[in-house]
Amino acid sequence: MRGISKAYLIQRFGMFVITVWLGLTLMFIIPRLAPGDPVAAMVSRLAAQAGRVEQSDQIIAAWRERFGLDAPLPVQYLRYLHNSFRFRLGYSMAYFPTTVEEMILRAMPWTFGLLTLATLISFTTGIAIGALLGWRPTPRLLRMTLPLTMCFTAIPAFMLGILLTYVFAFGLRLFPFAGAYARGLAPELSWEFAASVIHHGALPACAVVLTSMGHWALGMRAMMIGNAGEDYMILAEAKGLRPARIFWLYGVRNAILPQVTSLALSIGAIAGGSIIVEYIFTYPGMGYLLYQGIVNNDYPLIQGIVFVLICGVAVAVFVIDLIYPLIDPRIRYERQ
Amino acid sequence: MNPEQKPPLVLRIQDLLVHYDTGPAPVVAVNRISFDVHRGEILGLVGESGCGKSTTAMAILRLLQPPGRVVGGRVLLDDTDVLKLGPAALRAFRWRRVALIPQGAMNALNPVMRIRRQLADAIAAHANANGRAALRARIGELMDLVGLPERVGDLFPHELSGGMKQRVCIAMAVALNPPLVIADEPTSALDVVVQRLVAMNLLNIKNTLGNAMILIGHDMGLMAQLTDRVAVMYAGAMVEIAPTRAIFGRPMHPYTQQLIESVPSIKVKKALRVFPGGPPDLRNLPPGCPFAPRCGCIGPQCEKKIPPLRECAPNHWMACHRHDE
Amino acid sequence: MNANNTTAIFARQRLAWANAKLVAGMAIILAVVLFGLLGRVFWDVTQARVASCPLNLPPVGFNPPGPGFQPYQTAHPLGTESSGRDMLALLITGTPNSMLVGLIAAAIGMVMGVLLGMTAGFLGGWVDAVIRICSDAFITIPSLAVLIVISSYVSEIDIKSMGLLLALFAWPGTTRVIRAQVLSLRERGYVQMARLSGASSFEIMFFELLPNLLPYIAASFTAGVSGNILAATGLEALGLGPSRVPTLGMTIFYAIRGAAILRGMWWWWGLPILMLMLIFTGLFLIAIGLDELVNPRLRRAGGGQ
Repeated sequence: MRGISKAYLIQRFGMFVITVWLGLTLMFIIPRLAPGDPVAAMVSRLAAQAGRVEQSDQIIAAWRERFGLDAPLPVQYLRYLHNSFRFRLGYSMAYFPTTVEEMILRAMPWTFGLLTLATLISFTTGIAIGALLGWRPTPRLLRMTLPLTMCFTAIPAFMLGILLTYVFAFGLRLFPFAGAYARGLAPELSWEFAASVIHHGALPACAVVLTSMGHWALGMRAMMIGNAGEDYMILAEAKGLRPARIFWLYGVRNAILPQVTSLALSIGAIAGGSIIVEYIFTYPGMGYLLYQGIVNNDYPLIQGIVFVLICGVAVAVFVIDLIYPLIDPRIRYERQ
Repeated sequence: MNPEQKPPLVLRIQDLLVHYDTGPAPVVAVNRISFDVHRGEILGLVGESGCGKSTTAMAILRLLQPPGRVVGGRVLLDDTDVLKLGPAALRAFRWRRVALIPQGAMNALNPVMRIRRQLADAIAAHANANGRAALRARIGELMDLVGLPERVGDLFPHELSGGMKQRVCIAMAVALNPPLVIADEPTSALDVVVQRLVAMNLLNIKNTLGNAMILIGHDMGLMAQLTDRVAVMYAGAMVEIAPTRAIFGRPMHPYTQQLIESVPSIKVKKALRVFPGGPPDLRNLPPGCPFAPRCGCIGPQCEKKIPPLRECAPNHWMACHRHDE
Repeated sequence: MNANNTTAIFARQRLAWANAKLVAGMAIILAVVLFGLLGRVFWDVTQARVASCPLNLPPVGFNPPGPGFQPYQTAHPLGTESSGRDMLALLITGTPNSMLVGLIAAAIGMVMGVLLGMTAGFLGGWVDAVIRICSDAFITIPSLAVLIVISSYVSEIDIKSMGLLLALFAWPGTTRVIRAQVLSLRERGYVQMARLSGASSFEIMFFELLPNLLPYIAASFTAGVSGNILAATGLEALGLGPSRVPTLGMTIFYAIRGAAILRGMWWWWGLPILMLMLIFTGLFLIAIGLDELVNPRLRRAGGGQ
């Protein structure tokens, strides 16, 4: 095996770096474009809360140091890049002296788990449905019933989330309203805890899966139909191969390639959508943390979460980019 | 060749009728054609694009894509009617009995599978459990047969040139040594040098293995070189079928004459004839002979009645009203 | 000659039978728009203001969800919410606002996307490389998250500025699609011919390429409207939308904040969601209808032959 070509690797890694840098730079610019001096605004907001926040002086000092108020912009920018690179995202304003990275690290596994699982389920089932719908020998009965699974496609995930909460949590009381596990339990490796996590995660996951599945199905169906006319499909049939083999090795195997590319392109949108789903379900992930940041005007927290989200998405895309050449041999040897 | 000496029959097509169900009335893509193919013979099937030659080939393999549909006729291969086979029998019949060398080998190979696996695929689907080593040896043999080094088997299709891909397709077609191979314009997408190489490959294989072959194309030069007999199709109908020597020596149908005259020749300097008129519109054929609107010598009958295919000389069948006159 | 291709696609479609999905989608959207435009003629929309009506009335014909709720009143057919706004008036005024945000963002995004995509595809070279890398990076970034950061700094936002804000992230998708199409069209005969006959790049772009891109532009505009309404509703559901004029998303936000789900006040969040679902379904039908126009093969197989 000759492996992945160097040019491809460099190109994709370059894209990864550019995306992360762009995210960082946006997070640097936005506060500085905001009307008024952001630090002054923050200080005054803190002053208003001074009665409650005891160490406000320390926060202000920390912030002055972090922003380097006196330093010229380019120096501030470089310092900011340096800090972010070391994953130092500053102090939360609402929960000083907790650092933003501490809070994010606590929330991240939930978001990561929910998002990865939901995306994988929705991608694979969507692909399967689309592949069957775009395959001529599929029985008529399946052909008629499968499109029903796509009826939530046009709806945003969080709206379906509200509906699901109302029906299954409020109405039927089958699932809990909020949280990631039952209140009495402590996170540990036990069946009881795992069951509780699944019980709590089911509704939010369903909201994401049911609304995104149809997009994959539609894309896959289109590719399968386009693929059916290809010469290699006709030759495969002429060879007298079993239909299942033609379906998987000649049909699905080729039609799935563009879906993987579009998965990489839509991870950002999926992550964005799940923020609001978490907020609807009060799921203790980064989306809900973000909402708390908004409510508390906790700017360092908001920026930190968004920065981590951008990085996470960029990493996911980079991973897909690394996997892609393994399933499409035409990329592997490009420019060799 | 005398009728008494004809080698045994491999394929007999009787009154094959293919419709394309588009629009209000079906389009007749293949209009009740009949012909035979004998063992060890290369039959050339020629005509302009859209005349139904590829459709015929796909009908024989039962590979017509909708809206195409075989409406009538019989395709007999050693006494089995291909059109009546059930799904399992059809799968067993394909490739073992009739193999296909597809048109435009550019996209004929699955881009995500190694060549070796695609060859093995075809063999393994029909011969049960010959073992890895035997399979490997067989693939080596096949590669050798078409003059490709064995390491080509480890490559992916996009790493091969057009000629190499076409030769892989040829190797694949003869993998099970089927009695009949259909080659659908096997050289059309290749450059001249490679065309010749592939053509020699085909001839070589027929001579070694003795399969019958249907060679579809519009390159009359190639037909003259390779085929034993030539069948000429026009607007879905068979207009002339005769031994190659007779077709080129004494073409009878005006369309065949035009086809042959349109081939440039180095030896004889002549003005190239360009076809008058465009290919026929299958949705809207004239009531009489379909070729009448483009024919240089039409008579009173031509625009009224469709001429039947008749044996005008021994083994020389032709469909034209004007022949007797 | 250039437009033949496009018109042929539409003509073929018109001949067969009007694409049912496209027509259905357009009908839904038209109905929603008319509801917003005509509703204010027939209904007193000042009731969309806080404290203009009795609180927590259920819609006509429905029982109160629990003790402490008053029975429905015919004066408020769709009920009222917890700060005394009439739901019907909220829907009538909120729907056009929500759609307007999407339209503004999608229109700006479309113009930017088409210009950038055509420039990239047509000029090629480093211009193309820069545009491609930028649009790819912007597609990867979760735009909703960045929009949340921006909105969190803006204390009060109106419909137009929200549209403009969303437009910041509305261009990369269109850019990508248009660029790919231009790249494939560029190699076709008539573009080469136009180039040989001395037409300027500008002329080729606008007179030869643009007509052929129309179906793709229409499709990505539709997707854009729907995507931007989605983003806007998302921001609003977090409370980051306009608070001076009603929108469907802000109504959902107030409903969530007012614990409408737990209190069983389904009409508070259900009606705006229903309205949004209508809008999204309509746009979705238009989008797949357009898709089938552009790609007729999908239609044939869709018939289940």
